[in-house]
Amino acid sequence: MTFSVRLRHHLSDFTLDAAFEAPDGVTALLGHSGAGKTTVVQAVAGLLRPDEGRVAVGGWVMGDTAAGVWLPPHRRGVGYVFQEGRLFPHMTVRRNLAYGCRAQGRGVEEAEFDRIVHLLGIAGLLDRRPAGLSGGEKQRVAIGRALLSRPRLLLLDEPLAALDEARKQEILPFIEALRDEAGLPILYVSHAVAEVARLATTVVVLERGRVLRSGPTASVLSDLEIVPSFGPRSAGAVIEARVVAHLADGLSELRTSAGALLLPGIAAPPGRLLRIRILAHEVILSRARPEGLSALNILPATVSGLRTVPGDCVMVQLASGDDTLLARITTRSARALALTPGTPCHAIVKSVAVAPQALGDG
Amino acid sequence: MALGLSAEAWAAVLLSLKVAFWAVAVSLPLGIGMAMLLARKRFPGRHLLNGLVHLPLILPPVVTGYLLLVTFGRKGVVGAFLYDTFGITFAFNWKGAALAAAIMAFPLMVRAIRLSIESVDPGLEQAASTLGAGRLRVFATVTLPLILPGVIAGAILAFAKAMGEFGATITFVSNIPGQTQTLPSAVYAFLQVPGAEGQAVALVAVSVTLSMGALIASEILARRLHGRMEGR
Repeated sequence: MTFSVRLRHHLSDFTLDAAFEAPDGVTALLGHSGAGKTTVVQAVAGLLRPDEGRVAVGGWVMGDTAAGVWLPPHRRGVGYVFQEGRLFPHMTVRRNLAYGCRAQGRGVEEAEFDRIVHLLGIAGLLDRRPAGLSGGEKQRVAIGRALLSRPRLLLLDEPLAALDEARKQEILPFIEALRDEAGLPILYVSHAVAEVARLATTVVVLERGRVLRSGPTASVLSDLEIVPSFGPRSAGAVIEARVVAHLADGLSELRTSAGALLLPGIAAPPGRLLRIRILAHEVILSRARPEGLSALNILPATVSGLRTVPGDCVMVQLASGDDTLLARITTRSARALALTPGTPCHAIVKSVAVAPQALGDG
Repeated sequence: MALGLSAEAWAAVLLSLKVAFWAVAVSLPLGIGMAMLLARKRFPGRHLLNGLVHLPLILPPVVTGYLLLVTFGRKGVVGAFLYDTFGITFAFNWKGAALAAAIMAFPLMVRAIRLSIESVDPGLEQAASTLGAGRLRVFATVTLPLILPGVIAGAILAFAKAMGEFGATITFVSNIPGQTQTLPSAVYAFLQVPGAEGQAVALVAVSVTLSMGALIASEILARRLHGRMEGR
């Protein structure tokens, strides 16, 4: 089901003029605060009526100002998970979860209720009230509440922003499970590139009310045009790697389109496809194939683009097999190596971030 | 008679309870509606309406009573219409006393409810609407339960005010024993008669007891509701 959004809305300091289309899966809306993310989200949920716009999921048109239609929130079927959870303080967790079913005049279906409660690991909280829950627990209940309202689109508005790192790690696997199992389009709003790299199928980058880029995660996140807006430590490439074997010394062998990687701490079984993220500042470039180096992972690559970034550095985009890598090196090094598009080189990967959840067995 | 109250004094206590009950019962939904309107909606004339609601609080009660008389009296604009169309009259009966009490207590009720509405996070109502609840359901299942402590406080405050209303009542419906003689009117009447001070003092004791009871009841209720939301 295609999820398509087209909005034009005048805000106090700029005009939001954004349009994007996304296939199934998680569509991440990435941008700094003030980029217009909240306006997009509110318009999609029906909490705001834009000057002009159209929002549709598959054939379900939730709003089309040209046709004079802009459905109110309660008739849209958009499951909205807010940053702060927004659980009803006067109800138990169980009644919070059942709220959508009751509001829609249908009973709670036991099997569905149990499945979602177990998926989110909140079975032990059902008789508690929101005031007694931790931030992570509240957010899981909020996700469950949205899912039980049987939405046609799930909207996650910075659901992790108010949580500390440990709580984030507690929630992320649930969102991954939703992406892989629920078959429900998800709009995920964030300003954190790491979350987006891990979760998103499609990325839409928003800046000052405009769509800077939109497309598949790997290609958008390695796009030299937008990389500077992420900040120096957030830039990095997302590639897929298949687990080949677990070796006797604790390392695992993974295959990418460019060659083999040896990584520690991989639990996924052989055959599983993993999404891995290689940060630009974790990559070293060498013209000759290096010898006598402690680094295990060296991928052959060809320079496909260069861009000067703040801090006297150059962001180098590399074609490596079918994948795109990024390396951030100093301007001096770039000059010394005489890097230009087409230069063959070797990318030495110092470390790799791996999403613990598999991408599927496909 | 019980508590040393004469039949006339008892009649005044019972009448006051009846007047205060109906004054609060009928004006409570209106008070909630008015508080919602003033707290949430922005419209031209909002400040004027707010002033109008608060007027009985600052006008001399006698003036309010007089205005009621000329408006709701048998020959008043509204009064004549109500009598001719529905056969309802407020002049010199307990209904008139209830009307006067309700109008005098209305600003206190609206203030208490409005404060609690302003403390409700509209985000919770938005959340309810995204889950499929229409406006009425959102109000009934989210807004109303959350403002309940304020509603109860407003109702009890209004009840106490209605029990004690004197100036507007005596001006509008006079002081007819058994018909419009409320507790404060009776205290006033007893104080005018030599030798009836005992009755006046007994009524004062009843009045203090009822008011204190209402106050304590509202405290306990508010605390219990608050505790429920803190997850206890």
